[in-house]
Amino acid sequence: MRRDHRRSIVGVHLALILLLLGAQFVVPPFHRTMVTRIMILTTYAMGYNLLLGYTGLMSLGHAMFFASGMYTTGLTVFYLGFGAPAALVAGLLASVLMSTLTGLITLRTTGASFLVITMMFSQAFHLATLYFNKFTMGDQGFILSGRLRPLRLGTAELAFSDPVLKYNLALVLFAIFLMMSVWLIGSPIGRILVGVRENEERTRLLGYNTFNYKLLSLIISGSLSGVAGSVYALTFSYVGSSFASIIYSIYPLLWTLLGGAGTTIGPFVGTAVMAFVVDIASGLTSSYLFAVGAMLIILILWFPSGVIGGIRSRWVRWLP
Amino acid sequence: MGEMASMTRLLQTTALSKRFRGLEAVQPVDLRLDQGEIRAIIGPNGAGKTTLVCMISGRVSPTSGQVHFKDRDITRLRAWDRVALGIVYTFQVTSIFRKLTVYENVALAVQRKLMRRALDRLTLREAILSDRVEAALAEVGLGQVGNHLAGLLPYGHQKLLEVAMALALKPEVLILDEPTQGLAPEEIINFCDLIRKISREVTILLIEHNMPVVLELATGITVMDKGAIIAVGTPDEIEANARVQEAYLGL
Repeated sequence: MRRDHRRSIVGVHLALILLLLGAQFVVPPFHRTMVTRIMILTTYAMGYNLLLGYTGLMSLGHAMFFASGMYTTGLTVFYLGFGAPAALVAGLLASVLMSTLTGLITLRTTGASFLVITMMFSQAFHLATLYFNKFTMGDQGFILSGRLRPLRLGTAELAFSDPVLKYNLALVLFAIFLMMSVWLIGSPIGRILVGVRENEERTRLLGYNTFNYKLLSLIISGSLSGVAGSVYALTFSYVGSSFASIIYSIYPLLWTLLGGAGTTIGPFVGTAVMAFVVDIASGLTSSYLFAVGAMLIILILWFPSGVIGGIRSRWVRWLP
Repeated sequence: MGEMASMTRLLQTTALSKRFRGLEAVQPVDLRLDQGEIRAIIGPNGAGKTTLVCMISGRVSPTSGQVHFKDRDITRLRAWDRVALGIVYTFQVTSIFRKLTVYENVALAVQRKLMRRALDRLTLREAILSDRVEAALAEVGLGQVGNHLAGLLPYGHQKLLEVAMALALKPEVLILDEPTQGLAPEEIINFCDLIRKISREVTILLIEHNMPVVLELATGITVMDKGAIIAVGTPDEIEANARVQEAYLGL
């Protein structure tokens, strides 16, 4: 029953990746930077969505994972002279460690308590980035340009200041994690996570140690967020404590809900729509948040399960 | 005598008890379950039946006592590990994945038995999975509704779906908690046939209020009242027992 749609599912996602691959030859430079940012932040939202949309756990602490990837990558480049690949791996390891440790503690709770306790951890992390301002430069942050060695691919040297490299680095990240999440969600693990979301007690009585699966989901979710943070630091060459603040925990929640929690494409749609609405509205008025608010109200009234969630329930039932 | 000797003990509770904040829900209880039997537990509401089977399935941890399964002490084993051993519980109030399809409900149970190695968690042969799902659905007569949302099924079918999920877990002991509650009379007849069919391969522990069902299905009956076992016997013996009539049948 599921197999019938496997081809269409892979097709839709590959089409989206090809579309983004082609877009760089069409869109003007300003918007190319914007799409670069959207792709990286979508990766962050995809990580968030795995936990919220597919496991049913709402966190308000993901800025901690995003920022631990970002800071580890940034600090290792800045102080230790790491190259980009090593700094990325360091960022990944840090976010795996971070999500494992916090998961072991926070996953003892669910629902509102989980929301609050993840937020508390994240706030503590944010305060730590300010407290250790000797190394992190706190609010002001620090810049990586000049310190980051160019990427070597064979004989070619690619500088991180090159917008083409930035775009395609973001695209590779986006493509890998999009296809990975499609596959993960279609796998036995994905089915178990959805079981936890829909009815945890029942899932346990089907013989699954649900705590372990929730922890796994949080670790993957946190690692995706962390890698997104690492790549963000590399492409935009800046690391600052605002990325660890609560607003960066709220963003992925908003993007995910806007695009559709529990859909694979939703995070991309949500992140892109929000970015463009803010972009267009802020060109017209200084009170652009008004437009954002109006959009959210429309969404709640007509698309309570997000853009893609609405499309799925109305027209395309097989979307994962 | 010869018949007694041929019975093998599958499950045994020893002085198993549960206290909820001073309320003794289950007093120390010894319950024995032999391979192949249909053991009914009857008793008035609040007698401790559900609490007792929840301690057996691992949903509730006991205050004292032990549970042995195939002579192995499983008292400290968590619910999901007991499922893996073959002790499967179906809920008194149907507990299914209402927003998922009937197929997905059963698939979640089926894949538990197929996941033997770590790698199976990432990829399973969809064909093997779907064959087993279809088989489990066909066994309870839900072969035609795989694509329906589970929550939209009529109540009787939801109960059957629960049984299909339980069967997909290949149980050795199947605990049915008031399976016929809320079913129409003709559905109850079908359900009894199904339970009898299942019992050829699976030992059944049945909590049931409907006395005709109990008397028809059970090979042995345990009567509980106020958290204690007050009688154990064959259906005929229990029917004739004065204490049971007083406590439960209200005669």
